[in-house]
Amino acid sequence: MSVKQLSIFVENKPGQLAEITSVLAQNKIDIRAMSVADTQDFGILRLIVSDIEGAKAALSSNSCVVSVNSVVAVAISDKPGALMKAVSVLSDNEINIEYMYAFITTSGQHAYVVMRVTDNERAEELLCKNGIDLVTQQDINNL
Amino acid sequence: MKDKKGVAKVGNYWQQEIETASREQITKWQNERLVNTVKRVYENVDLYRRRMDEAGVKVEDIRSVDDIVKLPFTCKQDLRDTYPYGLFAVDLKDVVRLHASSGTTGKQIVVGYTQNDLDIWDDICARQLVAIGATKADKIHVSYGYGLFTGGLGLHGGSQRLGAVTIPVSSGNTARQITIMKDFGSTVLCCTPSYAMYLGESLEQQGLTADDISLKYGIFGAEPWTEEMRAHIEKKLGIKAFDIYGLTEIMGPGVAYECQEQSGMHVNEDHFIIEIINPETGEPVPDGEKGEIVFSCISKEAFPLLRYRTRDIGVITHQKCACGRTFVRMSKPMGRTDDMLIIRGVNVFPSQIETVLLQKGYSPNYQIIVDRVNNLDTLEVQVEMDENNFSDTVTGISKMENALQEAIKSLLGVAAKVKLVSPKSIERSIGKAVRIIDKRKI
Repeated sequence: MSVKQLSIFVENKPGQLAEITSVLAQNKIDIRAMSVADTQDFGILRLIVSDIEGAKAALSSNSCVVSVNSVVAVAISDKPGALMKAVSVLSDNEINIEYMYAFITTSGQHAYVVMRVTDNERAEELLCKNGIDLVTQQDINNL
Repeated sequence: MKDKKGVAKVGNYWQQEIETASREQITKWQNERLVNTVKRVYENVDLYRRRMDEAGVKVEDIRSVDDIVKLPFTCKQDLRDTYPYGLFAVDLKDVVRLHASSGTTGKQIVVGYTQNDLDIWDDICARQLVAIGATKADKIHVSYGYGLFTGGLGLHGGSQRLGAVTIPVSSGNTARQITIMKDFGSTVLCCTPSYAMYLGESLEQQGLTADDISLKYGIFGAEPWTEEMRAHIEKKLGIKAFDIYGLTEIMGPGVAYECQEQSGMHVNEDHFIIEIINPETGEPVPDGEKGEIVFSCISKEAFPLLRYRTRDIGVITHQKCACGRTFVRMSKPMGRTDDMLIIRGVNVFPSQIETVLLQKGYSPNYQIIVDRVNNLDTLEVQVEMDENNFSDTVTGISKMENALQEAIKSLLGVAAKVKLVSPKSIERSIGKAVRIIDKRKI
């Protein structure tokens, strides 16, 4: 069910992001969503992209440290209270969210939320049971 | 201010007859003691016997100090190879103390002392204290670390021997150091020069000045420092600052000591023979010429190293010193012939850090950045990130970083900051890798 996310190690210095995005551009990879976690010395760039394998190969061959991992993505309606409903399901069941980020597309009325949680499968099951739309890799590819 | 605090005059000796002995007398002592030591180590230490046999040198060939050049050198690797007790020249039942310092592969080196050795050590540290003007009435504040490190207990012993008021504060907890200094009225401070600088700054931060404390003198060593640092420390703490030299392998602090002339350190020649050699050829170099400092212990019982190559670069002079002491003077060490770093008084080899990195599954591509911030040495280890150690969460990476920092600290005994950098970002050099960037101005 879950969605594949690309995580890239980024040293905290000028030019790093430019280098990564240029590799993606050259390989015609479309970025669907992104977030950056930052510390004093380094950051972690997280991407949802059109071609995960292609992106990983291109970045690895350009000396980037890359990993692919699963995240939970949900589609929620773009109105007040929608996000609260989704995260409440998780908090009520003591599932911790390590990080999250959201994106919207030009087409629909939906907002998409990507979450890294302690237990993907259980989170998906609970979200599904509570009527929250899960997004699949296929959905991402079709966006 | 110095007058107010009553700095004593030149010419203070702890053992005047020895410290001002004629060259003839010093040579006589050295001849006798060297011959005895060579005989003793040949009988009791496998390594010396083997080395001398290999070099075709017989015990009888060593008849005076001039014959010392016939003896093979020893080096730090010999201490590691014979760890723990292989170089001890007495039975362990006669050893009353052990000290140690860390080694390159996590294996530390260990040295031993008989009661007689400790008595000599106490005396040479007392010579240092008296030479700078300290007396029984002084309160000696020892901020060197106590424990296996020789700094703390070395000066502690000297202070006790002198009969001064010994304050065994040990290192760390700067606020408490200052409170003790102020409340107890410490008059002599013993620590590393960088810590003395730091204490000076901390004093200011607490809204105090040199007038609020009673310090008159400081004895600083265990790491390189400059004349500029000396002037700075003297001003900040309102003291006269003196240099002391020593190394665990030979004795600890007090192998050589500075007098009030502040013009080089007198080598305790009744116990140690100093040679300056060309590090490439091993040949002696004349007075005034730079070379590697080599020491031989001639009165030590438990751990008498002969012709030990310190890897420190220095210069000696036999010129007369105005203080009246006749012992040869050595300069401050001017550098190293190997890649050893001294961080906050602790000896650090890049290979130690490499060992930890490899053990923890990191890339062997690293760089060590040494700097001095607020007068304290800082050690940063830059390591290239790789896929094995990467995680998509900050907590995941921080955990690994902390584990690495802990491992480095526990091996080196000095804290390091780990900085993860991009793969291939550390410059690859042809030939010897540039592992160390030392930004300290010393």
